[in-house]
Amino acid sequence: MPATFTRHQVETERRDTGYGGKPPLDRRPTGGGGGDENWDSRPSGRRGPRELLMRYRLAVLSILTADFVFFAVLISVFFVRPTDGHIDATAGFVSDWHPLSVPPILWLNTAVLLLSAVTAEIARRQLFHEIDIMEEWLGLGRPAVRRAAPWLLATVALGGLFLGGQWVAWHQLAQEGLTFATNPNSNFFYLVTIAHGFHLLLGLGALVFALAAMFRFKRVERRQIAVDCSVWYWHAMGVFWAFIFALLIFSQH
Amino acid sequence: MSTPSAASPHTSPPARGFLSRIFTTDASSLGILYLWMGLVAVITGTLLSLLMRIHRVWPDYAFPLYGTLKPEDYLALVTMHGTLMVFFVLTVVPQSAFPNLILPAQIGATRMAFPRINAAGFWITLASLLVLLAAFFVPQGAPISGWTSYPPFSSFAAAGPGQGTGMDLWLVSIGLFCAGAIASSINYLVTIATRRAEGMTWSRMPLTVWSWLVSSGLTVIAFSALTAAAVMLIADRHLGTSFFLPAGEVINGIRQRNGSGSPMLWLHLFWFFGHPEVYISILPGMGLASSLLANFTRRPVPGYRFMVAATLLIGVLGLGVWGHHIFVSGMNPYAGTAFGLTTMAIAVPSSAEVLTWLAMLFRGRMRLTSPMLFTLGFLSFFIAGGLTGPILAQPALDSYLHNTFFVVAHFHLVMAMAGVFSVFAGIYYWYPLLTGRRMNEMLGQLHFWISLVGAYGTFFPMHLAGLAGEPRHYAQLSGTVESFASLIPVERGITYSALLLAAAQLIFLFNVLWSAGRGQSLGENPWQATTLEWSPIVHPIVCAGPYVYGPGVAADSDFLPQWARSASNTSSAGSPGRQSAAERE
Amino acid sequence: MRWLPPNGALHGFALDRLLRWNLDVVFWLFAASQVLLVIALVWRRRVAGADTPVPSRSLATRLLTEWLPLLAIAALYGWMLVTGHQLWAARREAPPAAETVRVEVTGVQFQWYFRYPGADGRYGAVQPELINAPQGNPLGIDPGDAYGADDVVSSILMLPAGHAVDLTLRSQDVIHGLFIPGMRLKQDAIPGMIGHLQFTPTVPGRYSILCSQVCGLGHGRMQAMLRVVAEADFDRWMAARERAALEAHTASSEAAR
Repeated sequence: MPATFTRHQVETERRDTGYGGKPPLDRRPTGGGGGDENWDSRPSGRRGPRELLMRYRLAVLSILTADFVFFAVLISVFFVRPTDGHIDATAGFVSDWHPLSVPPILWLNTAVLLLSAVTAEIARRQLFHEIDIMEEWLGLGRPAVRRAAPWLLATVALGGLFLGGQWVAWHQLAQEGLTFATNPNSNFFYLVTIAHGFHLLLGLGALVFALAAMFRFKRVERRQIAVDCSVWYWHAMGVFWAFIFALLIFSQH
Repeated sequence: MSTPSAASPHTSPPARGFLSRIFTTDASSLGILYLWMGLVAVITGTLLSLLMRIHRVWPDYAFPLYGTLKPEDYLALVTMHGTLMVFFVLTVVPQSAFPNLILPAQIGATRMAFPRINAAGFWITLASLLVLLAAFFVPQGAPISGWTSYPPFSSFAAAGPGQGTGMDLWLVSIGLFCAGAIASSINYLVTIATRRAEGMTWSRMPLTVWSWLVSSGLTVIAFSALTAAAVMLIADRHLGTSFFLPAGEVINGIRQRNGSGSPMLWLHLFWFFGHPEVYISILPGMGLASSLLANFTRRPVPGYRFMVAATLLIGVLGLGVWGHHIFVSGMNPYAGTAFGLTTMAIAVPSSAEVLTWLAMLFRGRMRLTSPMLFTLGFLSFFIAGGLTGPILAQPALDSYLHNTFFVVAHFHLVMAMAGVFSVFAGIYYWYPLLTGRRMNEMLGQLHFWISLVGAYGTFFPMHLAGLAGEPRHYAQLSGTVESFASLIPVERGITYSALLLAAAQLIFLFNVLWSAGRGQSLGENPWQATTLEWSPIVHPIVCAGPYVYGPGVAADSDFLPQWARSASNTSSAGSPGRQSAAERE
Repeated sequence: MRWLPPNGALHGFALDRLLRWNLDVVFWLFAASQVLLVIALVWRRRVAGADTPVPSRSLATRLLTEWLPLLAIAALYGWMLVTGHQLWAARREAPPAAETVRVEVTGVQFQWYFRYPGADGRYGAVQPELINAPQGNPLGIDPGDAYGADDVVSSILMLPAGHAVDLTLRSQDVIHGLFIPGMRLKQDAIPGMIGHLQFTPTVPGRYSILCSQVCGLGHGRMQAMLRVVAEADFDRWMAARERAALEAHTASSEAAR
């Protein structure tokens, strides 16, 4: 049921022109000519070419905050769980936390993921390359997209490779007889890697979406947002993985 | 409620059909939908609580169509009552319905930052409610482990009826609710940060907006923790892990799967969510109380910056007090001391807000309308329930009072009654915004006084039952050893009061429906309010703080709306550009 | 305070005093605030009309009406914290008493079991596999463990007055809450963990033992009895129960042979 705000339209409705008619460049207005360039004092929707981008970045930041807490809680298991144990029949304290030898392929996966972060970053920067963007904005072809696409494609491929590598790692562990339910450490290993893999799968979806968006979206700013946000998310997942991996390698006790 | 509003010209395209009306992205329509959801949940939850009250004092009473309640039925009622009320009433209404109805307008935005994420939040939350209610209809019924679902009680279907499918549905429902709440909150956060109107600087935001900002931040953090905990509990139940599973588990003489994890981990994780959740549901009410007290006493909020700071401080400290829920779990006594300290610390900013509200009552001439009455009711309950907080914050005293009816009285007063009364205040106050009419004043006053008496009659005597040592979750008073015979009159009184309290809400429902068509029709801004949701202008330019009330602030009235272009220098007006630049420095 | 059940524990007197003090203070604060609310309601018409300007308040007034009450309340909370902590520290942060009557309390859906170590002062080992309530071994005491031979398992908690008691808290299945209102005692029994709770019962009598943590459909009837008796009576009871336990042990091991 729609609400009825009994509100009169006293002011003539101002059209939301979006970006103040400025090209979406990665450069802050520096003043000195151009009059009042203080975007923040303008009405919402007219705060400069980067307004929409900043809005989406803020949303990604919030999502990543939620993800950060989520992973922090999962990782707390790694520190709390080894201290749990029970008193056995002979009154000895038994901890069932056994070190888990991480499959060596994870080193390779980590390298692949780090590499993908580099390619993602290169792709992202192409979308903010001033001259190319100016051309795109003026409608003179899509040089930025043309340059960014291969890098983004490479990122998707490397991301897929990483997930495939994770699959192999799980498979290898299962061959050793370590499955999800085997022991507390394998509980943790599978939980955190699957949770991370799921997040990465979402990131992969975002990258594919960004790839499609680069060719389908008509407005330059939208193309930038799609690529920028998915790449920042990808970076965060890379950082999360680096931390998890370091934990798995160096903190086994 | 008829045509789509003119207030959202950008988002409400001409109705294209049934589907686009249902799957609306218009914030105010979603707000109404959330209100309906809250109404369904609150009616269900109230009926469940009445069944509980009746069963406690007349355990042999056979309900029509059902018969007498079994002990597990009683526990299922407790669990579902708690879950419905905490999540789908006290979170959904102040933290989802009101922001959707009011938040964009109050900061002068024409729409949310992410209307589709916002709409998705609603549909996920609705799915969550349906999944939860479905638990009543599966074999063995709803879960019985309370809204906290401590493992290993919640880990095994063998632990009790309802702990099988019912518990699974509960966990899925909570997981969905987390996703919906996080999605909506991200939208509110970004909306507040980026969609404020021209001149709506941080220091001109109404205190309600500050509250929503803080509670949204808490939602993002707390609900993520709960999601992770729920994922682990589901893994324990179905994937053979042992995160919360202890060693040597024997249920009903039957050996269960062995682990050597610890239920303590769940206790910590759950309350790391659970305590911020309390602030998520009460902070919006606190912000609303400040706004309404300013409006109905026609005086500004004294110490606006101080109130903002208190709200932020409550949000930050709220993340560090969870241990006071588990003082008696056998955790480290030094941790008990530390959590007692943080809990006392959070009482200070809360008390500061209460003192400010009390001071506001004596600064101007009070207009005693129904929203104001309900704000006073909020204040009364917030004080009544809040004051027992410092008692329960002491681990030594909590070791007697924990999980007795004293605690039940405490949180029903400070969270449930204060929360619900602030929701009523909000509905009476914003009703003209939704319908163009005012709710009937006489019925409103009647509703208030009966509810006040009913609520105090219900929850105040529970302190006594708690002092007598009566534990929570007891289906009947009389046990094999302890009969609590002296409490029977008290318990009867509580049940009669609860029935009265519930009956009083019929007045409210009638008033809502009746006034929609026949209420007194008022012009715009019937409360002579200053905040932007009453602005007749679609794209206002803000030139004043949120609470400029009092004689002499404007030429011919005692209030200066935020959207008015001020000519005089009585307020802190100037050119908006210069003003905001100055404030940034 | 007639609502509180009669106290029978040494620490309970201090706790009751502290609780009463807290409740008094909080009640009067509550009453004062409600009176203020009523005064504001009644008095509002006497306040002058809308044309009076907001009185400008001097620094002294503001200090007196705004900061002083807040400081007073903060000081009150601080005082509550300190006094509460003293009691807590005395109860929980102090080293345990050397000589204690030891009892192991086990929570099971929906029953409390109390085990005394017997003359040898040691509990026999328990094994979850051996738990069999119908055959008289609800705790799963290992018959092969000699320490378990004289262990006394009881469904009531019998304690001598005037002796420090150390309760060992265990649970077999779900979290239970041991709650003895008359002893002002409460602590959860968490499966997989072993908790300790010390107190000294002083007043002989009967006290009820409840479960304070929802544990299943029988939560409300999970109750037991605490009997505090004179030391001589306790010793007599203990000796009889130990003898019976030993006899039962011998009988069962002979049957096994």
